[in-house]
Amino acid sequence: MTAGTAAPAPSVAPMPIEERETKTRPRRLALVASKGTLDGAYPPLILAATAASLGWEVGIFFTFYGLDILHRKKHRKLKVPPLGNPAMPVPMPNLLGALPGMTAAATAMMRRWMKRAGLPDVPTFLGMARESGVRLYACSTTMGVMGVEANDLVDGVTIAGAAAFLDFAAEADVSMFV
Amino acid sequence: MTHTTDTHTDLDCKGLLCPLPVYRAAQAMGKLAPGQVLRIECTDRGSLEDFPAFARQRGHTLLSAEDRGAVQVFLIQKGGDR
Repeated sequence: MTAGTAAPAPSVAPMPIEERETKTRPRRLALVASKGTLDGAYPPLILAATAASLGWEVGIFFTFYGLDILHRKKHRKLKVPPLGNPAMPVPMPNLLGALPGMTAAATAMMRRWMKRAGLPDVPTFLGMARESGVRLYACSTTMGVMGVEANDLVDGVTIAGAAAFLDFAAEADVSMFV
Repeated sequence: MTHTTDTHTDLDCKGLLCPLPVYRAAQAMGKLAPGQVLRIECTDRGSLEDFPAFARQRGHTLLSAEDRGAVQVFLIQKGGDR
């Protein structure tokens, strides 16, 4: 800065929240879905469907076991693990949770609850999310590591690496790893 | 699912849990013109917090939120498109 010239006061004051809400781009939610269990699949899908309903832009990066949520066959058979899960409604020692049939029993129970509560199953939820414009990113590294092919996945996904997702997430107002 | 009268469109969300009431409300709002009113009946306890948030985020006007115990009733007027 040259001596003698007064620096103009910064004219950019923080925009009031109300104004920001109405005048700028939509809010954006970036989620990483990393779990391939039935109970792990719901939270990101619920958040995504809700955010889209609020008019937000939403992207979910499905990585590692979370990729199973996008898998045409596997996402119909996601399971609830009783092992190492002290929150099971019928508390059971881990040793029992390891017995054959216990995972199937816990899964059947959770599916019954979901049905009774009127919550859609995972494939339906995924369809709702997609129809509301949610971007579904399939982690290409996971595909390579686990031998998943593009046609194993539901339609309408973007196969991408971390850079593409981070490019989307860089503009996010809310980001979560679930 | 929706039923329209002279004054508003009805949306029955009784028995539905989050995210379905807000999801259905967003769909129903999409079919209305700015200024039109959606009346939502809901039984999800969270709806008393969720619908004010929905209206705020979407730029709609929450005309009323009524807790009748077993049922919550909301009147939401559609704002300008965003």
